[in-house]
Amino acid sequence: MSNILNQIGIENYIFLSVILFCIGVFGVLYRRNAIVVFMSIEIMLNAVNLLFVAFSTYHQDAQGQIFVFFSMAVAAAEVAVGLAILVSIFRNMQTIDVSNLKNLKG
Amino acid sequence: MIQIPDIASATSVQILFSLLSIFTLATAFLAIYSKKPMHNAIYLVLCFSSISGHYLLLNSQFLAFVNLIVYIGAIMILIVFTIMLMNLNNEDEVHKPRITRLGAIVAFCLMCIVLIAIFINSKPIADGSYEVTGEDYQSINILGKLLLNEYMVPFEFASVLLLVAMIGAVLLSKKEKLEK
Repeated sequence: MSNILNQIGIENYIFLSVILFCIGVFGVLYRRNAIVVFMSIEIMLNAVNLLFVAFSTYHQDAQGQIFVFFSMAVAAAEVAVGLAILVSIFRNMQTIDVSNLKNLKG
Repeated sequence: MIQIPDIASATSVQILFSLLSIFTLATAFLAIYSKKPMHNAIYLVLCFSSISGHYLLLNSQFLAFVNLIVYIGAIMILIVFTIMLMNLNNEDEVHKPRITRLGAIVAFCLMCIVLIAIFINSKPIADGSYEVTGEDYQSINILGKLLLNEYMVPFEFASVLLLVAMIGAVLLSKKEKLEK
């Protein structure tokens, strides 16, 4: 039984996750559509999950995968509540443009 | 340090990893860059399936399929339904002011450079050889035992969290009765 990381190397997974995370950050900063901002948050979560699984293979230990499992459960809950909030915002303001949501600014 | 990969002597696993990585990054970028929300959702589905491919490459079949079911089967369906509910697909959104977009691009580049520079200059984690214990650590058998013995309490709390999120989502998106 051989470790797959012998052929790929943990560094490449680290770089892949970092770039994926940065793309998520870029999406949050760049777009105005609240749904796309949501998708960017999902991309960031997935980048971290990927790194967890890579390091679980690196340490030959299942704890990382258990953590990814929980993080997926929390992501599902977060998306359900977040989209419900978006729907009610859309119902009240007829837009989900995040730059228009500045009622709290006074 | 980064070793420059030798394409001629690359094994099939390395080629597969490079193709998957390029696919993941390209679809992730398109998922936030394309204009129509429905296109964003489709690209995000492709991105998530390629991440499942990465999990399969790392030999964790359980998480690969959980990723497919949870992210593509549940979360993306929810997002697509919300997009269709709001009927946003044909609307072309107004862009942020140019200075904000420029700031976003600069922040993206700086963050990439800083993080990658940190990992390149940090001590090498392993010198090319990784430990192989030979014992099974990621089959569904082991994961199930671990989940229901050591992580019993968090597992139950996750179910409570999902229940609360479901009730909260229903309450939030329910139409309020008009006063008067």
